[in-house]
Amino acid sequence: MTTATLAPVAVRTRTSWLEWLTTTDHKKIGQLYLVSSLVFFVIGGIQALGIRSQLAAPDMTLVDPETYNEFFTIHGTTMIFLFAMPILSGLANFVVPLQIGAIDMAFPRINALSFWLVPVGGLLIYSSYAAGGAAIGWTGYVPLSTGGAGGQNFGPGLGTGVDLWIMGLTVLGFSSILGAINFLATIFRMRAPGMRMFRLPIFVWTVLVTQSLALFAIPVFTTALVLLFIDRNFTGGAFLNPANGGSAILWQHMFWFFGHPEVYIMILPAMGIISEVVPVFSRKPLFGYHAFVGATIAIGLLAFGVWAHHMFATGLVYLPFFSFLTGAIGVPTGIKFFNWLATMWRGKLRFSTPMLFAIGFLAFFLIGGLDGALLAAVPFDYDVTDTYWVVSHLHYVLFGGTVFAVFAGIYYWFPKMYGRFLDERIGKWHWLLTAIGVNVAFFPQHLLGLEGMPRRIATYSADTPWAPLNLLSTIGAFTIALSVLLFVVNVVVTFRRPLEPVPDDPWDGNTLEWATTSPPPPHNFDRLPPIRSSRPVFDEKYPELAERAASAGAAR
Amino acid sequence: MTAEATSLRRDGTGEPSVHARRGIDTTIVGVLLFIASETMFFSGLFAAYFNARATHPDWPPQGIELEPLIASILTIVLVTSSVTMQLGVRAIRRGDRAGLQRWLAITLLLGAAFVAGQLYDYSTLDFSWQSGIYGAAFFTLTGFHGAHVTGGVIALAAMLFRANEGHFSARHHAAVEGVSAYWHFVDVIWLLLFSTLYVLR
Repeated sequence: MTTATLAPVAVRTRTSWLEWLTTTDHKKIGQLYLVSSLVFFVIGGIQALGIRSQLAAPDMTLVDPETYNEFFTIHGTTMIFLFAMPILSGLANFVVPLQIGAIDMAFPRINALSFWLVPVGGLLIYSSYAAGGAAIGWTGYVPLSTGGAGGQNFGPGLGTGVDLWIMGLTVLGFSSILGAINFLATIFRMRAPGMRMFRLPIFVWTVLVTQSLALFAIPVFTTALVLLFIDRNFTGGAFLNPANGGSAILWQHMFWFFGHPEVYIMILPAMGIISEVVPVFSRKPLFGYHAFVGATIAIGLLAFGVWAHHMFATGLVYLPFFSFLTGAIGVPTGIKFFNWLATMWRGKLRFSTPMLFAIGFLAFFLIGGLDGALLAAVPFDYDVTDTYWVVSHLHYVLFGGTVFAVFAGIYYWFPKMYGRFLDERIGKWHWLLTAIGVNVAFFPQHLLGLEGMPRRIATYSADTPWAPLNLLSTIGAFTIALSVLLFVVNVVVTFRRPLEPVPDDPWDGNTLEWATTSPPPPHNFDRLPPIRSSRPVFDEKYPELAERAASAGAAR
Repeated sequence: MTAEATSLRRDGTGEPSVHARRGIDTTIVGVLLFIASETMFFSGLFAAYFNARATHPDWPPQGIELEPLIASILTIVLVTSSVTMQLGVRAIRRGDRAGLQRWLAITLLLGAAFVAGQLYDYSTLDFSWQSGIYGAAFFTLTGFHGAHVTGGVIALAAMLFRANEGHFSARHHAAVEGVSAYWHFVDVIWLLLFSTLYVLR
């Protein structure tokens, strides 16, 4: 069934401030998520620069130790809860309804509530700075975070600021849980006719698994936060503070029961973005669609069985079980790498900015994955636990992985969102600087970890051999800051440029978001192509190829 | 005829994005997902309780006296309210709005009675949530459950208000089904709490 040309004119109206505040349109809410997340990315990054400046040389006194502790606490909290999760929710908000051919999310007003809870939670967390600070690390380990016995003896950075941190995270948890309900209901109930589950674009599959993880993991974190709040304010530590009969290990179990799925909440949608970008810029279908979906589900299930590998050093967990399952996660992840590389193999590669960021993801996430696999080995974990090895690992995964994928997604979907291309030339410089910065900042931290430098120390002595590598790492951090500045310049330049209309399908894409105008009208689609595979737009453009693929049993 | 054209015809609208799909109503899907997340929240609370129980040899501690009689009456009240709720749902499935109003009102009263009875129970106990881990666990678990019952009572009141306004019919009563599912969930949590605190101890 061939079809007529698509509606040529996008609806372009200026949006008033009031409309931004009250909108329930998933596309606008997605953009609100992106803007708020990028603002928090910059704020969290400034704190990272504070940390790295302090560590640039031994015996520095740029910030005092309390402020340093607050910096790394709020830096971690910001990057995870106010940047990584919301920006992935923002991309998913914009893309998922379009990719499944829906008019909006299942619950548009709850969607708006989910977004507006993010700045509220952010304000609560940042108000801790004005209330004595929260200096407990993003993991908030007890008994540090419970205060002393009987709820007294709160030291600096352990007072009201911690209560505000708890409240902020609880609010952000509500936001994520409501978002999870919304995404799952949308994917289950709002698919266009013909969009069967095994025709869903891979990004939608990864969002489906991610939001299932959020639905089951985040409430447990809420419980832990509630218990911590009750302990700090009412019971004097009955649940969690050993000095008052509580159990410190309980906090670690509950925190990591949430905290490990949380890692996959931040990486699975990133893998989904890569799985959209790599096929389009290789001009091939994703190799092994079903295997990829299976691997995603497998990672989602394993996510709930590995939390105690964060607790090896306590000596209170069953090591073989958690070590084995952690190693097992390498298998589905390896399948995915095989999928991506086989997709690129003998493809017709185009090295546009989204593809460059996707390739960066493949390289740097691989490093983070491999040094994480080493951590699964208990003896090695004992050796490097709480050292800079761990800091390096998590930054390779979350910066080399998630942030690279986020930028790949932003460069890829920007023309669909705003009807403009981001500048390719600045984009390539942005990519190059980020790629250099990440490796200069984080690779030396591997070596620092092996040399025994503990994480979370406010300074170190000149007697240690750590100074040169720390200086290198600080230079890398400022390189990353420069690259982010370049991205901001790119956005400003792009919006100042006279408008050149972007076609519906500028990248020669596969999925339904490319079947509507750029930007899409408020109701998303004037018409949909028939959906017979996971690549309906491709099928419509190249019917003879689609038929050949169908008869060969592929692309089904 | 392609499969897509067939499915368009079956959905009967021909619209590209079809909301009136077959299967469970989207509202109810949302409520069930919400209940799943709530289950995990309470699982965390139960985990904290059993962790405390396993690490304290003297459990419940000396001097802790519960009121099993009040709790048993509350159990009967809440289980009965689940039955009356379901009778209301069955009434509106038949299109009997008067029946829905009647059963909703009874359920609402039973729910309010449960909350009042729990507050009375609290007032008779001679320990507080500041008297050690048992008190902390008891009041945190029953308190969060009581808060959920209170939320359910408010939702029931909203349903009763809407029914009085002439809302709901045999075809359109997804909100009632959703509130009913939530109410049964709250009931199940209470049965688990009762078994844990009063039977298993």
